[in-house]
Amino acid sequence: MSARDEIFGAIRRSLGVAGDEAPRRATVEARLAHAPAGIVPRRGQGEPAERVATFKAEAALAQASVAEVAEAADVPAEIARFLGENHLPATLRFGEDARLAAMPWEATGLELSRGPSDGDDANAASVAFASVAESGTLALVSGADNPTTLSFLPNTHFVVVFAVDVVGDYESVFTKLRAAHGVGAAPRTVNFITGPSRSADIEETLLLGAHGPRRLHIVVVGAP
Amino acid sequence: MTVPSTSSRFKANVSQALADERLQGALPHARNFAGARAAAVARLPEFEALRDSARAIKDHTLAHLDLYLEAFERKATEAGGQVHYARDAAEATATIVDLCKARGARTVVKGKSMISEEIGLNAALERAGIAAVETDLGEYAIQLRDERPSHIIAPAIHLTRKDFEAEFRRAHRDLPADRDLSRPEQLLGEARAVLRDKFLSAEVGVTGANFLVAETGASIIVTNEGNGDLAQVLPKVHVVVASIEKLVPTLNDAAQILRVLARSATGQDMAVYTTIAVGPRRPGDPDGPEEWHVVLVDNGRSAMLGSPFKDMLRCIRCGACMNHCPVYLAVGGHAYGWIYPGPMGAVLTPALLGVAEGGQLPNASTLCGRCEAVCPTRIPLPRMMRQWREREFARRLTPAPARFALGLWAFFAKRPALYRLSSDLATRLLHLVGRARGRFSWLPFARGWTRSRDLAAPQGATFQSRWRAKSGRVK
Repeated sequence: MSARDEIFGAIRRSLGVAGDEAPRRATVEARLAHAPAGIVPRRGQGEPAERVATFKAEAALAQASVAEVAEAADVPAEIARFLGENHLPATLRFGEDARLAAMPWEATGLELSRGPSDGDDANAASVAFASVAESGTLALVSGADNPTTLSFLPNTHFVVVFAVDVVGDYESVFTKLRAAHGVGAAPRTVNFITGPSRSADIEETLLLGAHGPRRLHIVVVGAP
Repeated sequence: MTVPSTSSRFKANVSQALADERLQGALPHARNFAGARAAAVARLPEFEALRDSARAIKDHTLAHLDLYLEAFERKATEAGGQVHYARDAAEATATIVDLCKARGARTVVKGKSMISEEIGLNAALERAGIAAVETDLGEYAIQLRDERPSHIIAPAIHLTRKDFEAEFRRAHRDLPADRDLSRPEQLLGEARAVLRDKFLSAEVGVTGANFLVAETGASIIVTNEGNGDLAQVLPKVHVVVASIEKLVPTLNDAAQILRVLARSATGQDMAVYTTIAVGPRRPGDPDGPEEWHVVLVDNGRSAMLGSPFKDMLRCIRCGACMNHCPVYLAVGGHAYGWIYPGPMGAVLTPALLGVAEGGQLPNASTLCGRCEAVCPTRIPLPRMMRQWREREFARRLTPAPARFALGLWAFFAKRPALYRLSSDLATRLLHLVGRARGRFSWLPFARGWTRSRDLAAPQGATFQSRWRAKSGRVK
């Protein structure tokens, strides 16, 4: 008997089931189709302005820095300001996201490059698919628009958050994903990111910049 | 095969741990977790309701585990992944070693994974001539020391900064000998640079999974460092190794448990990186693995599902039980002798290795109940430790002195009048003698007990006599 058959057999013996009971199958199919939401904390809920305020406060608690600009055209100047003030290299890499490509970068004098990271990039920018007020968490999805490696290899990661994409909770991100990709389908990777990379493995001392970015700078666009 | 254990030598391990000054100097750091958890819990009014929700989700999933596994397998396969099944540790390591060999892999980078420790994956890879590199900072340090994790989320909690420095100086010989490593930041920076090269050159990345999601076929890993993400996005092949109880039905179910996981573990609302991944890179994807495998490991879980210890399968490996355990905090994790320490280890080890090997661990508890009080899925750990003790006793595995003491206690317990009289006398005597200091640091016949802790002096009469005096009224 194959390992698979034997494991399924052992599980069913332990549960005292045959595996073909219609009510059990119906229960499982219903749960997978409807994905009940459970307990959703009040913290992230509220009007859009309240959600954005909660998101910013929670992201800051998680050691991210947060700035706010009025419109997308203001993002390059904010990123250039952050790099300058922190004495970081005047370079930036990002993917094929049309919203980033459309921004006015010329005036900043930043040296731009495009595509995934091979580990040699000091700074990168991504656009969040959604952001979660409840815990100041960013949700990024893989693909050519915002390659996953940009979230992990560079020392400094900028994430552009359009205020309309700030939701209250993780469940709302999943609802948005199901709407974009279909129920039960999913992008290859969804990265929930809450603050910069950290480790406390040495004597429980909190250190930022373990393997991922040392700095996470969030730029919120068009807050209500 | 499942890695060997020294759990049956638990008493000797404990004596060694209590006498180890270096360990006793490092262990106090583990006490930070409890306060961090309490602060995170106080900030979330829905926390207790979320614990109930997490427990219900795990119970529901376990009761339908065969069907959720089928659904997971279907979705993971549809996304281009390959699902493998392993009955035991040998089958699991053979599957992964074969995958690596077939692709000519020389280096495997690893995210932190307790199941990979349980099945002895690193040793199996080394035997096949493949270098396995742990990339979590703590795991990396203990791999250099050829040790096992002493905590399930803080694997190097038994080490001090100086230990890290000594290991790094020994291992990184190509770096200048006079470099400054006196600050933790410098140690982290050095590990980051050394491991970055490994990430970029490894052919295979192996991670565990905090959850497997039946709805989409995805694995979810939760980390703070980002090492698990580099291990799964950079190499050409990503292998997820997970035990079968990691299943949850939907992403929403995972979200419920995520809300209690990091809070219970480190006191964070969310860990830095929660990564939901399914399948290899898709057409147009500029990065990500070209192959994605999931190795589902049983290694004793399907049998536990039909046993009185099935509640243990709700465990989400947060470490809260050990962070709040007076025994764990006194002896550390290595004394438990196998992979899983603390209260969850005391229940899981005899379930997976048998009562003859792991049966002593459930005795390492005062049954104070803090573990159950903080467990995010409300696992009745003290009850299960009592059940293991009964089994150990019934199988006559309990050592003779302990059986003698229990027999003596039973003699008095079966004679209530004699019990009351003798416990009354003993309590009064201890109260009189210990009144001044309030505790005993030495007692006749109990030096083994008092050597590493004090016994509190009784505050007066016994509970029974006070209960009688109040005629059974609470106030």
